Amino acid sequence: MDLFEYQGKQYFARFGIPISKGGVADTVDQALAQAEESGYPVVVKAQVKVGGRGKAGGVKLANDADEVRLHAGNILGLDIKGHVVKRLWVEHASDIAKEYYASFTLDRSAKQHLGMLSAEGGVEIEEVAVTNPDAIALIHIDPVDGLTLEAATDWVNRANLDEEARGQAAELLVKLYTCYTEGDCDLAEINPLILTPEGKVHALDAKVTLDDNAAYRHPEWEEFAGSDVEDERETRAKERGLNYIGLDGSVGIIANGAGLAMSTLDVVNQCGGSAANFLDIGGGANADVMAAALEVINSDPAVKSIFVNIFGGITRVDEVAKGVLEALERVEINSPIVLRLDGTNAVAGREILAAHLSDRLVAEPTMLEAARRAVALAGGQS
Amino acid sequence: MSIFVDENTKVLVQGISPTSQGLYHGLRNRAYGTQVVAGTNPNRGGEVIEGIPVYATVAEAVEATGANASFISVPPKFAAAAIVEAAAAGVPFVVCITEGIPAIDEALAYNRLVRDFPGTRLLGPNCPGIISPGKCNIGITSGDIAMAGGPVGIVSRSGTLTYQALHELSQQGVGQTTCVGIGGDPVPGTSFIDCLAAFEADPDTRAIMMIGEIGGSAEEEAAEFIATSVTKPVVSYVAGVTAPPGRKMGHAGAIISGSKGTAQAKMDALAEAGVTVALNPTAAGEAMVDIVKNLA
Repeated sequence: MDLFEYQGKQYFARFGIPISKGGVADTVDQALAQAEESGYPVVVKAQVKVGGRGKAGGVKLANDADEVRLHAGNILGLDIKGHVVKRLWVEHASDIAKEYYASFTLDRSAKQHLGMLSAEGGVEIEEVAVTNPDAIALIHIDPVDGLTLEAATDWVNRANLDEEARGQAAELLVKLYTCYTEGDCDLAEINPLILTPEGKVHALDAKVTLDDNAAYRHPEWEEFAGSDVEDERETRAKERGLNYIGLDGSVGIIANGAGLAMSTLDVVNQCGGSAANFLDIGGGANADVMAAALEVINSDPAVKSIFVNIFGGITRVDEVAKGVLEALERVEINSPIVLRLDGTNAVAGREILAAHLSDRLVAEPTMLEAARRAVALAGGQS
Repeated sequence: MSIFVDENTKVLVQGISPTSQGLYHGLRNRAYGTQVVAGTNPNRGGEVIEGIPVYATVAEAVEATGANASFISVPPKFAAAAIVEAAAAGVPFVVCITEGIPAIDEALAYNRLVRDFPGTRLLGPNCPGIISPGKCNIGITSGDIAMAGGPVGIVSRSGTLTYQALHELSQQGVGQTTCVGIGGDPVPGTSFIDCLAAFEADPDTRAIMMIGEIGGSAEEEAAEFIATSVTKPVVSYVAGVTAPPGRKMGHAGAIISGSKGTAQAKMDALAEAGVTVALNPTAAGEAMVDIVKNLA
């Protein structure tokens, strides 16, 4: 789960990481009140979960109430790459002497945590990574050891941060690592991490991605729920606990396992069709899950055929078959369904469905044949 | 021969109870012919469930039965501790199918094994397990889709695509030595490279099928290893050519991986390493059938 900047900053603050004085605003009046509270000059920042908002006009400096009114009015409702701004973060504007970059994430290759720190932070950090990789100091952290202040100090020295920033930066990085591990982040990134002319180091932005698998031990995360991307299909799927991503094609896809679901998209594409969605019903899916999946796909008007591609492992094909029948009883499915069922209890599953097969409920013996049929039924080539 | 497991593998099921996933799958594994010799449950030591003796701890189970492999399917919040318990008890091979373990826990457990219990190989988490057809099946793979006798070794990151790969080969009459599902989690205990090296060293495995997917750089690393260290023919399929682009925030991922991670980059790297790259699982199966036909 990605956090908005303001959520990320509030998350940082819980772990003692210094941030600018500020708060959220959903209206121009709230923005004015927050500006008074934080102290002029202020920065008015669009809260969207997408990069490049500064270039899109979503971040503005305001020196007085009139400017806050102007900028807040303009930014609220602004569409930034499909993300509509509903909320602002208004904070006291910091004078900036230097911009650094700091982050923690998992290095899958090294199988350890990876810290990245650069004295050349700011919006061009990816460019720096390509043209001057030595300007980014890396540290691999064995999770068993964690990050000590001593190691952080050495790291800060290697990154060549300004002398006056080093002590504060090392302490801040230890706190950021604690936030990353105890806070169960997939990513904790500060860009820019700034040094002010007064010699203070603090976080001017926050990019935090939380590990959804750890939600069970973070009841406080519930307040972070919600998205800024409007896709009704995804909202419906999420309500039913389904792993669904909306796409633009006409073949609805239901598969078990992310790999098979991706492969199903590939095969539909190779047969000349295009998928309306990615939907992984996961391992161990039962009849209820299958029925919910069909209902979500059915509510997408772009869908012309539905391809159910199941290879049972934990998932039992007889349960899947029952789910298909249940869904057919509960709602009228608008599109023909093409089934491909293999794996655990496949014989029993096929038997359950045998009496119900028709031109609206078709079974095919292989994944490729089923894809061809689904594409043909959706009006594409076969 | 097979890799990692064989007919002498004795499996203990961690976290066993009359209603557990572990029992359900453990019984299926036993019905396949796997030696399931023990279960563990801190509250059920001394019980016998479906003929399986239960011990309070892994150490006791190992002591009493000589178990040399463990099967873990406990809920995510208990899984990392279960892995470490098995390793600490000296179990050399641990299969964890649990899905949804927090990445922080997974990374910690992995590195603890590397440092303190290097004699333990972890397979998974979030994987379907391992099957050596006719000898041993640990995990959730349906045994009837596999075919004994070799000559193909399979390694896959995706659970269901592992079954698909087995199915494609068995349907065509091509058997497998061992099929390993390494799982798609961020920190898999066993990597593509571990399996490729083991298949290369196994005289009965004469060709290798490798199923990858988008994300990370495990396939690129495998390609480098194949180019230098694998002499046997390899067929590969990478799922996700048409996957929607990820909605990633932040710069860290891009800084680490550069252009790596897309299906195309992975397929290019594999092709350059001399691997036969197929565009879908069926085509991969057909390519492998051709290769097996031409084995002397």
